[in-house]
Amino acid sequence: MNPRPNVVEISNGAAIRLIAGREISTRVRSKAFVWTTVALVAAVVLGGVLLHFVGSQSDTAQKVGVTPEASGVAEQLVALGSVLGTTIETQGVESAEAEALLKDGTVSAVVTGTDPLTVLVHTELPDALAPVLGSLAQQEALSSAVTELGGDPGEVGREIAQAAPDVTALEPEPERDNAQVVAGFVAGILLFISLMTAGQLVAQGVVEEKSSRVVELLLATVRPWQLMAGKVLGIGVIGLTQVVLVVGAGAGTAAALGLVDASSINLGVTALWVIIWFVVGFTMYALALAALAALVSRQEDVGSVTAPVMTLMMIPYLIGVSIAPWDPDNPLVVVLSFVPFCAPMLMPIRIALGEVAPWEVALSLGLSLALIPVLVWLAGRIYSNAVLRSGGRVKLKDALTAS
Amino acid sequence: MVAMGALTMESLHKTYGEVRALHDLSMEVRAGEIVGFVGSNGAGKSTTMRIVLGVLEADSGEVRWDGRPIDLAVRQRIGYMPEERGLYPRMKVSDQLVYLARLHGLDPSSAKAAMEHWTEVLGIAERRGDEILKLSLGNQQRVQLAAALVHSPDILVLDEPFSGLDPVAVDVMSGVLREQAAAGVPVLFSSHQLELVESLCDRVGIIKSGSMVKFGGIEELRRTDDRRWVVDGPPATSWITAVPSAQVVSTQGPRTVVEARGQSADGVDQEILRAAMAAGPVHEFSLLRPSLTELYRHVVTADSTTTDRETVSA
Repeated sequence: MNPRPNVVEISNGAAIRLIAGREISTRVRSKAFVWTTVALVAAVVLGGVLLHFVGSQSDTAQKVGVTPEASGVAEQLVALGSVLGTTIETQGVESAEAEALLKDGTVSAVVTGTDPLTVLVHTELPDALAPVLGSLAQQEALSSAVTELGGDPGEVGREIAQAAPDVTALEPEPERDNAQVVAGFVAGILLFISLMTAGQLVAQGVVEEKSSRVVELLLATVRPWQLMAGKVLGIGVIGLTQVVLVVGAGAGTAAALGLVDASSINLGVTALWVIIWFVVGFTMYALALAALAALVSRQEDVGSVTAPVMTLMMIPYLIGVSIAPWDPDNPLVVVLSFVPFCAPMLMPIRIALGEVAPWEVALSLGLSLALIPVLVWLAGRIYSNAVLRSGGRVKLKDALTAS
Repeated sequence: MVAMGALTMESLHKTYGEVRALHDLSMEVRAGEIVGFVGSNGAGKSTTMRIVLGVLEADSGEVRWDGRPIDLAVRQRIGYMPEERGLYPRMKVSDQLVYLARLHGLDPSSAKAAMEHWTEVLGIAERRGDEILKLSLGNQQRVQLAAALVHSPDILVLDEPFSGLDPVAVDVMSGVLREQAAAGVPVLFSSHQLELVESLCDRVGIIKSGSMVKFGGIEELRRTDDRRWVVDGPPATSWITAVPSAQVVSTQGPRTVVEARGQSADGVDQEILRAAMAAGPVHEFSLLRPSLTELYRHVVTADSTTTDRETVSA
């Protein structure tokens, strides 16, 4: 028989939680969401590994073989190398095996004699070694002269090798290493992709309910603003999970592979800011997109109705990844990083680059947060007025003015 | 004094721009009563129901439950089937019904039990794991009814629940509505299937151009001032002259339809019967009352202009 269940009047919170819960469980079960997340995490981890590989390649020490006849120059070679910016590792080799070692790439050059300096290479002398060996030849010539004059050529050679000017900079360039540029770049791209995809999910979700007419059934039991809030919240949680996973994977990879210099960039703080700005940016874009999507009744029309906001999203992104990493003080970058809707993408890039004062972050965040209540009101009004009007596209003006 | 558990609509007015959708519409659905709502397309049935559910706001007038203006808490206790059917196309039947039950305030275990109960009763238990878009239209309709019933509503408002149903489903649906009414739930539904309305409803409202033109019990509505009888017996020509206050309306084989002329006396039916029996054996004699269909046609075309009639007859 007809069961008479316990029924309670549901509160605002309970309604929003239920609606958000449906959004979350629907997305988590969707293959598209799972694979996008896996792909993003994989891209970040692989990118880190690749960076590590390329980075350590360029840093690889030059291996120079030294025959017993030339063993005296080994120490000088290393010292000269460090002054000239080339890491050199020496190893003793027999003259007989020199040719084989050069051919299989174990060493890039073999020093076979010192007076005059003779060097054996496979095809040609590596660029990095040319100045080192050139200086060594000059020193050898010098040391012959020193010996003739009765001095100790070894000691003179070492002193010369280590001699370097003491430079004092009047305005030292702020230290910015590649890790900061990469972090800024990645933050910009990640925020753009995640805001774009999560925003689109909101727009499509609103239209799905409208085009399937289920919205009429829902609005017979919940209020329009509860439906909109639940949807934005649910998709927000999903988007946030994705961002946290990707940021965590990226930061973890960077830390594990030692990609970043802890003195130049605080990974944890940068990652936290990316997450905070995602939440702020998502809230703003999701509200705008939910309101706009409510104006149309068919999925085909979502693209055209949300185009203005999507275009707006492109501007800070393009500026963020094309100008900001190379020129963080660019006035355009600085000004836009305070403008709501642009700030969520530009400010995290500036933070990653270490080019921003705490008051700037606070001001930018404050401006965006101050706009959110206005957006909530506007979006709630447009959504409530438009979501039950099916058929053609509802004019924005009508949705705002209708009671 | 309003009856306990009655759904009352009072003087509802609604205009869309220039179009008058509802004009001073009032009706009442009492506890345990099935009320049929009939009228041509665009007459205002759906508009009335949407106003009751609060998805549309009336320009003026009031909807009351138990004598008090209806609010969201009461609306959550209504089972609603919108004219435009709608469910999440890519959601499983079971998930969908549980979700809707929970939105109406059921706890998770009651929601699941209610889903199981209604899918069983409506014959869609094997479809619980299917997405809505994979179901036939008839089964989608059953899920839609389950969605209206899953939270054990105190009131049922169903917009054309029988459209698109096969005869078996019509019987299931009728059974469910009777059962709900028997449990004390006021049921309001609209339909174009007038025979069904006639057999199912306690009272009927006929709406035309946004106004209620007739509202009352079926028997009450069928009682008209035209008094006509069917006589199955000897040919009328042989006896009708014996009753001056009656005249023949039509003849079909041995069956003659006779009508009382003008303001004749109450005993005219007995006079007719006696005259007929005097002429030969009478196998049937009964008062002829219009069916709901005839009544409806009469009401809906009553105020039509002559041009309308000409168009119809042309």
